[in-house]
Amino acid sequence: MKLVYFAWVRERIGVAEEDVTPPAGVATVRELLEWLKTRGEEYAEALKYPEAIRVAINQEHVRHDERIAGAREIGLFPPMTGG
Amino acid sequence: MSCRVTVRIQSEPFDTADEMAAISGGDSDVGAVVTFSGLCRDEAGTLHALEIEHYPGMAEAEIGRIADAAAKRWPVTALTVIHRHGKIGIGEQIVLVVAASRHRHAAFSAAEFMMDFLKSRAPFWKKEHRSDGTEGSWVDAKEADERALSRWDRD
Repeated sequence: MKLVYFAWVRERIGVAEEDVTPPAGVATVRELLEWLKTRGEEYAEALKYPEAIRVAINQEHVRHDERIAGAREIGLFPPMTGG
Repeated sequence: MSCRVTVRIQSEPFDTADEMAAISGGDSDVGAVVTFSGLCRDEAGTLHALEIEHYPGMAEAEIGRIADAAAKRWPVTALTVIHRHGKIGIGEQIVLVVAASRHRHAAFSAAEFMMDFLKSRAPFWKKEHRSDGTEGSWVDAKEADERALSRWDRD
């Protein structure tokens, strides 16, 4: 699946997007965030407070208990500040 | 009742008068047009610009969903939302919401509803460009903006 990052999540991780294949057992958004934190210091720093991270699956907002099966694109970003 | 929804995400400035004319032009049943413009502030002289990042694709889709929700709730004839991205100087317009309806109440309410949801649900992020040249930070989301959504709750 493709992961896309925005704002300070993108800056801290250091890339704007990447393709990843989470291991079996990573079923929900919450588990995906925990797994990503193990991928390196920059991920651990960006996702230090996972509850602050907003998530979209296939460009629609989801909660952290949403399942990720079938997701083509998952966006991770801070709370939004548009308008 | 069908509602014409127009959503544009662009780096270029826009003209409010042109958008007002476009939303009511040719529709003799429009009796009220409400516009809201959000501008870039200088925060007491400390900022010289804002940089606005967005999630291409999702930004358009999410604003479209917000407009559809507004159109279900109030009898609006047409809704236009324009949101800019990229570097925006002090005093420039960042966002425009235009709502048209037969009577004023629907247009006022729909415009306010859309701005409230746009602030906390449309995927845009503001980064400061500081006047003193030091590295600016990302603007923090305000809890008050999140709370503002609850007043639109209903069964």
